[in-house]
Amino acid sequence: MALFIKGGRVIDPAQGLDRVADIKIAAGMLVALGDGIDGEFDPATDQLIEATGKLVVPGLIDVHCHLREPGGEDKETVATGTRAAARGGFTAVCAMPNTHPVCDSRPNVDFLLAKAAETGLVRVYPVGAITKGSAGQELTEMDELARSGCVAFSDDGKPVDRAGIMRLALCYAKMTGRIISSHCEDRELAGDGVMHEGYWSTVLGLRGMPAVAEEVAVGRDILLANSVDAPVHIAHVSTAGTVELIRVARSHGIDVTGEVSPHHLGLTDVAVEGFDPVTKVNPPLRTETDRQALKSGLADGTLTILATDHAPHTMEDKQREYAVAPFGIAGLETAWPVYWRELVVPGILPVHDLVAALTCNPARRFGLPGGTLAVGEPADVTVIDPQWEETVGWEHWQSKGRNNPFTGWHLRSWPVVTIVGGQVVMRDRRVIG
Amino acid sequence: MKWQRKDLLGIRGINREEIISILDTAVPMKDVLTREIKKVPTLRGKSVVCLFYEPSTRTRTSFELAAKYMSADTVNISTSSSSVTKGESLIDTGKTIEAMGVDIVVLRHWASGAAHLLSRHVKARVINAGDGAHEHPTQALLDLFTIRERKGRLSGLTVTILGDILYSRVARSNIWGLTAMGAKVRVCGPATLLPPEIAALGVQVFTRVEEALEGADVVNVLRLQLERQQKGLFPSIREYSRLFGLNQERLRLCRSDVLVLHPGPMNRGVEIAGDVANADVAAIEEQVTNGVAVRMAVLYLMMGGSGSGAVH
Repeated sequence: MALFIKGGRVIDPAQGLDRVADIKIAAGMLVALGDGIDGEFDPATDQLIEATGKLVVPGLIDVHCHLREPGGEDKETVATGTRAAARGGFTAVCAMPNTHPVCDSRPNVDFLLAKAAETGLVRVYPVGAITKGSAGQELTEMDELARSGCVAFSDDGKPVDRAGIMRLALCYAKMTGRIISSHCEDRELAGDGVMHEGYWSTVLGLRGMPAVAEEVAVGRDILLANSVDAPVHIAHVSTAGTVELIRVARSHGIDVTGEVSPHHLGLTDVAVEGFDPVTKVNPPLRTETDRQALKSGLADGTLTILATDHAPHTMEDKQREYAVAPFGIAGLETAWPVYWRELVVPGILPVHDLVAALTCNPARRFGLPGGTLAVGEPADVTVIDPQWEETVGWEHWQSKGRNNPFTGWHLRSWPVVTIVGGQVVMRDRRVIG
Repeated sequence: MKWQRKDLLGIRGINREEIISILDTAVPMKDVLTREIKKVPTLRGKSVVCLFYEPSTRTRTSFELAAKYMSADTVNISTSSSSVTKGESLIDTGKTIEAMGVDIVVLRHWASGAAHLLSRHVKARVINAGDGAHEHPTQALLDLFTIRERKGRLSGLTVTILGDILYSRVARSNIWGLTAMGAKVRVCGPATLLPPEIAALGVQVFTRVEEALEGADVVNVLRLQLERQQKGLFPSIREYSRLFGLNQERLRLCRSDVLVLHPGPMNRGVEIAGDVANADVAAIEEQVTNGVAVRMAVLYLMMGGSGSGAVH
């Protein structure tokens, strides 16, 4: 009862591997990787995945998504969110804590892990809140959260407004060995903005969130992290200024990383013309200059992680006046082809680096298992067909959230097989199980 | 010229010929307003709903009378006395109204883009009667009509829009309309009330009112929303008035035949001095009259009418 993946281009940046090879999976583990191991294939009992012309990569890891459970089950559940992940080629997702209640104490972590064990199709790693209720006032019991299974801390969805609290959090979290993922936004500067402040906010008469509202907070958190010698991860980097701040900080040896979403690479604020709230997201879609800066930041290694910020909402929530519709884009199912289109096709990132930004880089930064195809490890594997073409639509769509601005786009290069712990959970674009 | 669009959501994207068509159609409409019996059968059997999510006297009354003078059936819905207060969404309210057989929905809403949202979900025609800080197309059309009537042309005129540009839908619609018609547009206001990259809309930007008024043919004074001061966007009404209020002294910087417009309601003594508002150079009441005529023209064209035959 083994599973063979035959003839694919195996790309595992963690091992510096990029060559055509076969893979054998048995008892949930990756047991062999090499040439000609398909000689052991027994058609009577074994399963074969023909991967010639395809990419075989470590299961993709998303360090930033919103599964909405508990409290937002009309928008998404662990079951539907992990099915969406599987369809998107992800074998593990980090669930942000801005649920209701906020994941700020052990029972909430236990609940999420129990739900994941019961209904999750891919691995779910809880992110714990930085502050109780994510209210920005008192630190959570970070040690207990870490022991319960939290892999990182974040008040994502909103910033930690007070610099003093953030500094304490960065300092205290060091003891847990868990990183802080910071939603950087100065809320006084962002005000009641609903899109990027610039030409299009002026034309559309929508309140703008200036780029500097993000950058002031990024600068603050970099300085705070440096002041207590702690690492910090900047969630959803969206502006050219942020990229430059991270670039300079890293050149000074400050331990800061940043992640980029598919929508900030694929879209700009032009998309808001027409007032479709499906384009409403925080941080907002920025300008072409920002978009190009994100690409440059990825190309020169300033930004090393790609993460979806999957934020599903119901259509009822989204089909409202732009100013009052909620922020968020449901991006798990379209992440890979959008990254491919924006980064690989124009030659900004080699495939190898794209894979790294979705596997070993996030795994290392967040201390997660996986992110490699090393023999002896649990078999989390994704097969990508770079020739597969598909128009984004609702047939086979898994997320409850249909708030995806790439709807109707014809994209090439899609995940075609997702394997979690040796189990095939998606094959030929269909989720299994 | 026949109106080709389903809706009137904004002036941006409307071309010069369409604007001229509306303005030309409004000329005979204005004649109707001077008749003893102000009633033409043009829209008999058509229904118009004025759906207002913001308080409004002049725009709502103007649309309502415009429709009535053309024999359409009209209904007004304001949010304080409707199912909106029960939490019904704009889309559901729109679909409910549509199900009653409405031809045109005139929407005033506090949210930018509300008319776009409604138009995507109902088959009825939608006229934007002001959405947030986005657009107020019929206001711009009546301003253009008034300027053209007084000046005989729009092309080549210098028009200064003075005040809170940031939050003003009137400013945006006027900018699109005036630039489409070949006027030179200047905007002037406190730096904190000028939206970013406004110059990219094809206007000159000023923060010194004296420079903005120099040689102007038309000054369109915007209403100052007094709550902007409470939000800290400028330090005081007093300083605003001192720096940007249109008074007789500043008026002398304009061309001698300057025309002063104000979309109303006015804060006399704040953005405009009382004696300026009352002066012959001001056409503020005429704007109101022209507003009815322009809205009659818009309703008529949108219901399939063409340039002639409207008022028999």
